[in-house]
Amino acid sequence: MATCKYDWPPAGERGLIGQRISRIDGPAKSSGRAKYTYDINRPGMLFGKVLRCPYAHATIKSLDVSAAKSLPGVKAVRIIQDVGKEVQWEGDEIAAVAAETEEIAEDAIRKIKVEYEQLPFFVVEEDFSQATGHTKPAVTNKTGDPDKAFQDSDIVVSEGYYGVPVITHCCLESHGNVVEWTDGQSMTAWASTQAVSAIGGQFAEPLGISPNNVDIICQYMGAGFGSKFQADRWAIETARLAKDAGKPVKLMLERNSELLVAGARPSAFAKVKVAAKKDGTLTAWQSESWGTGGISGAGVPPLPYVLKIPNQNRTHTFVTANIGPSRAWRAPNHPQACLITMAALDDLAAKLNMDPMELLTKNADLAPNQDLARAYKDELKKAAELSEWQKYWHPRGDKSQGHIKRGLGVSFHTWGGDPHDGKCMVTIQPDGSVEVKLGSQDLGTGTRTVINIVVAETLGLPLEAVKVSIGDSKYPPDGPSGGSTTVGGVSGSTRRGAVNARDELFKVVAPTLGAEADQLEAVGGQIRVKGDSSKSLTWKQACAKLGVKPIDAQGEQKRGKSECKLNDGGVGGVQVADVSVDTETGIVRINRMVAAQDCGLIINPKTAESQCYGALIMGICYSLYEEKIMDAQTGRMLNPNMEFYKLAGIGDIGELVVHMMTGPGYDERGVVGLGEPPVISPGAAISNAVANAIGVRVPTLPLTPDKVLAALEKGSMA
Amino acid sequence: MKRKRDKPRKPLANEALTRRDFLKGASAAVSGGMLAGQAALASAAPPGAEVVGPGAVPITLQVNGKSQNLSLEPRVTLLDALRNNLDLTGAKRVCDRGVCGSCTVIMDDKPVYACNILAIEAQGHNIMTIEGLAEESKLSPMMTAFINNDAQQCGFCTPGFVVACTAYVQKHPNPSREDVEKGLGGNLCRCGTYMGVRAAVLEAAAKTMTSRTVVPSASPESLRLLALTSD
Repeated sequence: MATCKYDWPPAGERGLIGQRISRIDGPAKSSGRAKYTYDINRPGMLFGKVLRCPYAHATIKSLDVSAAKSLPGVKAVRIIQDVGKEVQWEGDEIAAVAAETEEIAEDAIRKIKVEYEQLPFFVVEEDFSQATGHTKPAVTNKTGDPDKAFQDSDIVVSEGYYGVPVITHCCLESHGNVVEWTDGQSMTAWASTQAVSAIGGQFAEPLGISPNNVDIICQYMGAGFGSKFQADRWAIETARLAKDAGKPVKLMLERNSELLVAGARPSAFAKVKVAAKKDGTLTAWQSESWGTGGISGAGVPPLPYVLKIPNQNRTHTFVTANIGPSRAWRAPNHPQACLITMAALDDLAAKLNMDPMELLTKNADLAPNQDLARAYKDELKKAAELSEWQKYWHPRGDKSQGHIKRGLGVSFHTWGGDPHDGKCMVTIQPDGSVEVKLGSQDLGTGTRTVINIVVAETLGLPLEAVKVSIGDSKYPPDGPSGGSTTVGGVSGSTRRGAVNARDELFKVVAPTLGAEADQLEAVGGQIRVKGDSSKSLTWKQACAKLGVKPIDAQGEQKRGKSECKLNDGGVGGVQVADVSVDTETGIVRINRMVAAQDCGLIINPKTAESQCYGALIMGICYSLYEEKIMDAQTGRMLNPNMEFYKLAGIGDIGELVVHMMTGPGYDERGVVGLGEPPVISPGAAISNAVANAIGVRVPTLPLTPDKVLAALEKGSMA
Repeated sequence: MKRKRDKPRKPLANEALTRRDFLKGASAAVSGGMLAGQAALASAAPPGAEVVGPGAVPITLQVNGKSQNLSLEPRVTLLDALRNNLDLTGAKRVCDRGVCGSCTVIMDDKPVYACNILAIEAQGHNIMTIEGLAEESKLSPMMTAFINNDAQQCGFCTPGFVVACTAYVQKHPNPSREDVEKGLGGNLCRCGTYMGVRAAVLEAAAKTMTSRTVVPSASPESLRLLALTSD
């Protein structure tokens, strides 16, 4: 079997890899010294603001920016969409200004005179019967013979309606940039971005300059969740304002604009019919689903989720609505598909009088491959143990006394997480100092720390001996942080870079140690001969042999066949929710969430667990609180703020239990991405837990008190 | 879900004009936030009130033990004065509406939302920001607890949390987990760091600290990163 010199050290020989290590940028963040795009203050900097259309659908009839231009303190004004343009969602950009203070910029915006001709709009998509004229068919698909399968006499069929509304990303740092021109042809943009190495070209092209003359900087960014991959139109306008004014410009979106236009997760609603034999073997699936991602199409939820049910009939229809455009939202299309499928299966299990854990275990072999099926079975067992499923689960409907009802629900999910392509440079200086450089970004996922661990481990050095430089497009390009591809990408490239650098150092010091280069190892701050620790040099002594020239070694992670087992793709994951529902108020309280999650080899368990805790909390948020509420009368979003677009607080999460699957069967796969999978199941698990508690299904998220009470009332009348 | 509510405040003793008086008096002249002009304000203001603005006026703020002289329009919030005029960017603007706590600073030993206070009314009070909780490259015990318990991910909510948690533990030195959950409901996190925050507060409380204790407790690499970020 071909081995690869880059492969991870075997289990018994790892130093830092697998240790619980505090993230290295923790001190900068917890002390407030980390500088985000929003914090950048440049000499002479102006503040930019955008005038946005207040209507869901309108044509611009007249536009007069002269009063803004002549306001003292205003240094540049730009028209973004001019007379005659058709605006298709509330919040779309009309014009922008740059002024000496934010207050003057706001006054300037208010002085712009614009007249619109309002046009008919469509913004509430859940009621499909109202959507005529606003639809585009997306998918029609048949597998096997579903008509026949549903007519089988020996099956149990469950029918239901399930759905999730449009929600937003609600990154705490809004979108925005600071742009500064160094001369007429070169600019620097501090960008709140998930794609440091990619967006420079997106500035260059519309501005008519070379991508070589655009420097993107992002040392710290306040979250993206998939909404910050591109250089947005307002970003290009920031650059134009800065050029016109001859001064740097900072333009950050206000909270209402952020929730109106800076991204959304598409909705999905579905009528589902699912059948199983009386022993729980799934036989047939039928779904008619629809949803909106704004005025153009959105992704299609993969139904039925995960399981290859033999007979399927599925249609999906896009609804076009006059709302801000959707963007990738953590695990695109999966949370929607998971809720629809896992809720339907949970209802079927109830009809079968079957424990849903048993139903999922029984049908796990319908997963796309055997590795996933095995992972689900292991994880279902683990999640059952950690949630005390045997103790707390009961058949649907908590029959205990009192108005508080308790219930459990389960769900599983899948994701890819293959590595993205990326390069790095590892430099070893004659004085022993080490730096690794790559144009990557840390969204709060712990990327910096993973890179630090990989390089330090490879060189046998402590963490603090390695300088990690990311967040600048001047460094070798790394991929965008999306799709859970970063940890595989950066660990792959920096492992290779560090091994290459180390091997060059071995060649230089081998003669001194009287050995061949391939007989050396770098451990515990030394370069020494394997098996003879008397023949060694300290790291500093070894590097001094370099004379005056440093080692610069490249590392690259690239798609394609390789005998290396550094990384892989494909994960499962199981979650259980334990909730209590107050049947008098309709309020749902989380008692406990349990996540059993695999992701191959885990470089840093501490930050990996945080990814899971964070995803569970994001899941609680979209299960209980989040919704982009559109008003059918005015076409406007009713809650573009954080008073009424609600997130969970510290008292709303209950107990969170995360178990990472490690050891044989997992570690040897190499590194697999983790950012997205654990956010997929919470909606389904919580919805199932509420159904288990109160005895009826609340069909759509968020599970707000009014909906819980409505479901209880409907159920009691049935 | 609990939120801190604005309690009716007694007028601040050393100010001629309170924010509430200003807004009440100007309500006839104000529509959509635009100020109608000095004369209209003077006539709308209660008798004996000193009217300032709408243009920039001299303001003196006591921030982190230093006196800062600024020239600001009265409508500028304390948060914007800190971030835009004093380059103290630890406190963040997120909701700008007194909901999320990312702008939390300490005013006379009380945690407050800086986005909900006008700079002009913060005069005469001692303002402590996250930058004042730990000097130079040092870290406070609460910051160390945050690092140890991985209570930060993207970090944008973190300064507000550290300030709120520091103030909370000063008043509640021996909190239960339930106390922590109720006491810190005024700070929101989107990445989901609450597990780490909860543990950090309990750990820091157990070590019984005050916000003015300064303890260097970071590795050389972390301190180097700190030094890099304080341009």
